[in-house]
Amino acid sequence: MSHTIDVAYVAELARLELSPDEKSLFQKQLETIVQYVEKIGGLDVEGIEPTMHGQALVNVFREDVVVPSAERERFLANAPERSGCEFKLPKIVEDA
Amino acid sequence: MSRYLVTIGLETHVQLKTATKMFCGCSLRFGAEPNTNVCPVCLGYPGALPVMNREAVRLTVVSGLMLGCGINRHSTFDRKNYFYPDMSKDYQISQNTHPLCVGGGVTIRMPEGERRVRINHIHLEEDAAKINHYARHSGVDFNRCGTPLMEIVSEPDLSSPDEAMAYLQALKQILLYAGVSECNLEEGNMRSDVNISVRPEGQETLGTKVEIKNMNTFKGIYAALEYEIARQLAAVSRGGVIVQETRRWEPDLGETQPMRSKENAHDYRYFPEPDLVPVSLDEALVAEWRAALPELPAARRERMVAEYGIPEYDAGVLADAKENADFFEAAARQCGKGLGKTVSNWFMTEVMRLLSEGGRTIAECALTPEALAELVALVDSRVINGPTAKELLPELFASGGMPGALVKARGLGQVSDVSALEGLVEQALAANPKSAEDYRAGKKAAAGFLVGQVMKLSKGKADPQLVGRLVAEKLAGQA
Amino acid sequence: MDIASLTVCEAAEGLRKRAFSSVELTRSVLDAIGAKDGELNAYLSVDAEGALRQAAEADAARAAGADGALLGVPVAVKDLINVDGQPCTCASKILEGYTSAYDATVSARLRAAGAVFAGRTNMDEFAMGSSTEGSAFKVTRNPHDVTRVPGGSSGGSAAAVAGGEALAALGTDTGGSIRQPAAFCGCVGLKPSYGRVSRYGVTAYASSLDQVGPMTRTVEDAAVLLQALAGRDPRDGTTLDVPVPDYRAALKGGLKGLRIGLPKEYYIEGTDPEVMACVRRAVDACAAAGAEVVEVSLPHTEYAIAVYYIVATAEASANLARFDGVRYGHRTASPESVFELYAKSRAEGFGTEVKRRIILGTYVLSSGYYDAYYGRAQKVRTLIRRDYAEAFKRCDVMMTPVAPTAAYRIGEACDDPLKMYLGDIFTVPANLAGLCGLSVPCGRTAAGLPVGLQVLGPAFGEETVLRAAYAYEREVRS
Repeated sequence: MSHTIDVAYVAELARLELSPDEKSLFQKQLETIVQYVEKIGGLDVEGIEPTMHGQALVNVFREDVVVPSAERERFLANAPERSGCEFKLPKIVEDA
Repeated sequence: MSRYLVTIGLETHVQLKTATKMFCGCSLRFGAEPNTNVCPVCLGYPGALPVMNREAVRLTVVSGLMLGCGINRHSTFDRKNYFYPDMSKDYQISQNTHPLCVGGGVTIRMPEGERRVRINHIHLEEDAAKINHYARHSGVDFNRCGTPLMEIVSEPDLSSPDEAMAYLQALKQILLYAGVSECNLEEGNMRSDVNISVRPEGQETLGTKVEIKNMNTFKGIYAALEYEIARQLAAVSRGGVIVQETRRWEPDLGETQPMRSKENAHDYRYFPEPDLVPVSLDEALVAEWRAALPELPAARRERMVAEYGIPEYDAGVLADAKENADFFEAAARQCGKGLGKTVSNWFMTEVMRLLSEGGRTIAECALTPEALAELVALVDSRVINGPTAKELLPELFASGGMPGALVKARGLGQVSDVSALEGLVEQALAANPKSAEDYRAGKKAAAGFLVGQVMKLSKGKADPQLVGRLVAEKLAGQA
Repeated sequence: MDIASLTVCEAAEGLRKRAFSSVELTRSVLDAIGAKDGELNAYLSVDAEGALRQAAEADAARAAGADGALLGVPVAVKDLINVDGQPCTCASKILEGYTSAYDATVSARLRAAGAVFAGRTNMDEFAMGSSTEGSAFKVTRNPHDVTRVPGGSSGGSAAAVAGGEALAALGTDTGGSIRQPAAFCGCVGLKPSYGRVSRYGVTAYASSLDQVGPMTRTVEDAAVLLQALAGRDPRDGTTLDVPVPDYRAALKGGLKGLRIGLPKEYYIEGTDPEVMACVRRAVDACAAAGAEVVEVSLPHTEYAIAVYYIVATAEASANLARFDGVRYGHRTASPESVFELYAKSRAEGFGTEVKRRIILGTYVLSSGYYDAYYGRAQKVRTLIRRDYAEAFKRCDVMMTPVAPTAAYRIGEACDDPLKMYLGDIFTVPANLAGLCGLSVPCGRTAAGLPVGLQVLGPAFGEETVLRAAYAYEREVRS
């Protein structure tokens, strides 16, 4: 398993702009950490089911009943920028 | 010139007809003011957690059963990680490894014959918010964010835009029958992305796949497919290469264009959603849901033929929209045996004409099955004649009410008194001596003309069959 | 009254007897904060007006005949637990200016019990850290030695309780963040079993590991707080429908006949000898009081840190994606693209440790690496859970050190992240296995630094853990 992490690519995936210093710091530190965590590679996990949740539970549902929303002002008040009753964005967005 | 084969697959997103969102109790009422159906959960606030809407699961399983899918007894949810302003958590909760339904398919009827289009799987996920674009900024409305979305992924079994249309129409009909979605395209209830590739005939492997997004109507999908097929064929016949990419359908330009955003190359980093425990469906529950399934359109057609004695063609027309079939059956049941075809005729000719003239659905008009049944019965028992009934129908259609009451109030009952009608027949003959001559000369149609004259004289109230008999007798008697 | 040593139970008794009012009690706590927090930096924000208003309401309710173990009692909360109308910075610049628009379930339960919100405590940013030095705003100091760290990530809560600035506080524990600061600061800290207490409204770090728990002066206080917090929450689909027992009644069981397991993998070289000595002394004292001590083995212990730093960072990388400058929090000025909106807002808002863990978590989930890291780690997690299940067949609780050292100096551990991560070796497995565990003070080093005894129990075995800790604290500890 190669220890060369493409920090720039991963940072892009995570939408984190890193300074050159941060990039080289993380490159070093993460390779050390990853090398350490790779010790789990030495274990035989053949036939072992993964643990995907904190406890084993199934079928937790909510009923399809409306719960009234709080006033929208509470949420819009936290918006970094708002335009009327919408969360405002600069004109940089393309339709998905 | 070598022939090319087209391969099309569709991913159809269907908004489910639940009262609340996928993971929170926010209302899904259409047309609400922006950002009024929101809460910490669907806004992706720090600390918010999703809880699964049981009804959304049921509707998805019902859809799967209607489409002949296998239902996964153990089903799980996954996080699909990507950043976009319409994503309140910057990950979408979806299903990647163990979707609710697998397999299944839809039969489409093409001119060449029937074809089966296979379904790969159906999974449940949440819808994104709506971004509105203005002159100098964009605004996000999170009302839609978190709406339960059922994604139906077909196998690449379609080979033309016509087949794609047939598939979508058949799918829509089944989903409407299942009652899982309004399937209203204007409201965005059913959106599709398409994958399309071309390859030379004889080549086994499929060509490079291009994904097309942003088609909001069936017409749009058709136009986009036509354009894209032409584009790809033009490229390959020039010796060019098709780039694997996602393209956007631009309806105003009539073209597909490559999407500019970096969002193209996605590493979704799927992993199991830790906040949602698996769904485990036992046999008994699935059997319970299967037993409560509404009829499939094909089964309904067959049953209506058998039960009401109507031809297959009629059943097809009536069953095309579930609500029309519901209306027909409600009316036919009240009419009693033998009148099935009559009711069907009334519905298919008169009622459907009124529906298409008014641009409405049967649910939106005031005519009730009871009223139609009574109308048919009144004609059948000869209380009124056909033309009178035809005149009454538009009023019942627009304002409701029962025809019997109207007939009584306005004295519309047909005249069946022989002596009164004989008088009118004498009158008509006297006024039209040439008709009698024509009849004696062999022009039998002259009798019909005379019947029409008698109807006029009676202001349309005469019993036309009786008039016909009397006219024939009179003419014969004069011979 | 002496706020610095008053327990929640004593306060409730005093309020009941009308020895003092909730307003007086709350004012004393606020005064203590005013006097001490300039040095300790345990608090990020205090709403004195709001607290006194709540206290007055509690007094009025009491006058009208209401009562309850927490009625009118001031409790501090870690600054990642949403309280409607209050800030919730998570000790991060990315949430400066954010105001909670709703109550976390634990906040609502405290409110319903009539508790008073005393203030919001400092923490490592987004709960990522073991010293509280990761806070974007302040460095909290250990009340026993202000040149040293209080532990983390719930260092503010621990310092407030241990430093006489709070009667009790809520913390969160993902890999030891309640137990370790409790040990470093010399107070009690309980991590409930996963699924015992609701996470709704608690900013998520690692969804399958996080739990909210009490940090208090005594074990009995911890039981009282757990009583108020525990129980299934329809808003948190990972809480279990397990009935909530009477935790206070369960305290009185005593140590006789209790089987205490000592996992041999926790009693190893590398742990500070003074820490080890305190722990062993505590275990011996329990044995002398009638408990049966057995050696057990948890063979996969050495892999726990590796598993934790894969699983927790992976989940965190997704949980922290929502901090994007769109709906709340910090947004960068003048972004020229959607990409820049995100990348710059997050770069400006997040601290170094948070960025580091997001990158690690994103990496282990990225295409081609899932099977080797996350996928495999979750399988090793199963092996770790099995170890505990096996061992708990032979014992009722386990006793271990909480951390390999006592509190270290501020600034000492900053440069080597892996070294800091390895300090979580004794606490992380309980989160991976969903167990409950607490830290109870069990002595001091020669330098006067507190040492904590960890008492671990099986999932939903809080009664037994509390019973063992209570007996140790009240009857046995010298």
